[in-house]
Amino acid sequence: MKKQEKKGEGKKKSSEKEAAAESNPEVVEKGKKIKEDIDKIMDEIDDVLEENAEEFVKNYVQKGGE
Amino acid sequence: MKNRIFGLETEYGLIFIPHGKVYLPMEKILGYVFEGLIPNSWPSNAFLCNGARFYQDTGCHPEYATPECDRVFDVVVHDKAGERLLEKCLPIAQERLKEEGLSGDIYIYKNNTDSMGNTYGCHENYLMRRDIDFWRVTEQLIPFFVTRQIYTGAGKVLKVAGRSHYFISQRAQHIHEKTSSSTTSSRSIINTRDEPHADAEKYRRLHIIVGDSNMSEYSSYLKVGTTALVLSMLESGYRVTGVELEDPVKAIREISRDLTLKKKLRLEKGKERSAIEIQRLYLEKAKAYLSSEEEDPVGRDILERWEYVLDELEEDPTRLDREIDWITKKGLIDSYMKKKNCDLDDPRVAMMDLQYHDINQDRGLYSLLSREGLIERIASDEDVLRAIDIPPQTTRAKVRGDFVRFAKEKNRSYTVDWTYLKLNGYWEETILCMDPFSSDNARVKELIAAAESKD
Repeated sequence: MKKQEKKGEGKKKSSEKEAAAESNPEVVEKGKKIKEDIDKIMDEIDDVLEENAEEFVKNYVQKGGE
Repeated sequence: MKNRIFGLETEYGLIFIPHGKVYLPMEKILGYVFEGLIPNSWPSNAFLCNGARFYQDTGCHPEYATPECDRVFDVVVHDKAGERLLEKCLPIAQERLKEEGLSGDIYIYKNNTDSMGNTYGCHENYLMRRDIDFWRVTEQLIPFFVTRQIYTGAGKVLKVAGRSHYFISQRAQHIHEKTSSSTTSSRSIINTRDEPHADAEKYRRLHIIVGDSNMSEYSSYLKVGTTALVLSMLESGYRVTGVELEDPVKAIREISRDLTLKKKLRLEKGKERSAIEIQRLYLEKAKAYLSSEEEDPVGRDILERWEYVLDELEEDPTRLDREIDWITKKGLIDSYMKKKNCDLDDPRVAMMDLQYHDINQDRGLYSLLSREGLIERIASDEDVLRAIDIPPQTTRAKVRGDFVRFAKEKNRSYTVDWTYLKLNGYWEETILCMDPFSSDNARVKELIAAAESKD
């Protein structure tokens, strides 16, 4: 299960992780990919943020619920 | 874990942003959204083919109540299906606007707060046996609900004294009491509303209004799953000691503000513990409870995930940026601020805080991350799509859902509520369905068969 794998990975010390990243081209590649993903997502975020974000948020008023 | 019925009621935020200067009353917008769900009518209360209820709540919010579920997984899937149902209504509502000569965008948010400090909720319902000492159980549950936000919180950028801060929970700042019967004037950790929608001599309802609405299925699963597990254990007579908070309402706010999760909370008798430490005491007791019960794979799965998130929260919360809403959103905001060289006071950040919860998958930031494979799911898209049309197969929701589908296909008028149903103008008899655990009702079958044979 994915969850379990992640758990194992989480337990690793961060220094070990970094060392592995330096020596393992696959991990370096993965790091690059993550950075590209983040850049792409940041651009997409700008697409969905209104030009006038301040006004938009201020206008978001609801009546109390329940 | 004990056999139990669960349900989630989610109130959504709704706003119309006109392209011109023509604003419309929200009632009208909500009416258009409803039309998307049920064409050619304007009901404000509808039961659907999946057994769920969709209606207009106090304050003009669309509200979706999941059908009765007896599995935690089902309630997570059906809650997600509610988002998809509302999303499907959007283009139809936009079209109706156009017909009226208006242009603008409708936004629906699955969050709990607006920019003025108003709040709307995500209510959890757990069926409890009436013969259990409710007050003993709720006293024991309060420290659990106060601290649970560390893995169920949806995160919130909130201005305090002119400066923006990141809070763990959307709801925490709006809770004023430990227990109360009101849901609007004085919101409480445990609400005493007792409508079991079942035989009231046998059952009562545990109504929880303290939680945040979750985008993350993982958070949702833990929210309902750990609560169900702790509830079962308390009902079986287990007690958790050393968790009694001196001031639970103060504590819930303190936890929400402390992103380090290290802050110690004052307990009765002068002791102190952190939220994680309090959660661990419940976890340990739940372990003892489960190991004394028959093999329970669902209970075991909840327990494992619960322990996993507590371990990670203790080591480094940012590792849970795929699982837990407040951490996912904070990670996204942090990356954005770094890239744009801005801070939490930037209006774009405030808008991100909102857009994370947009149910329109083209605009919502949670959906964006999910599409990129950056979110840990519990269900699949297929599970969610199925739940839009198909009720849970193991509860009363099946009786209701199948009946609604039949009546719609035959184009018959009907009246339905949680505990009864009736085909109008034909065999005018109300059939009571008081047992939420029963997915089969002989009289409803008879009714359907009789109506079929008349055709």
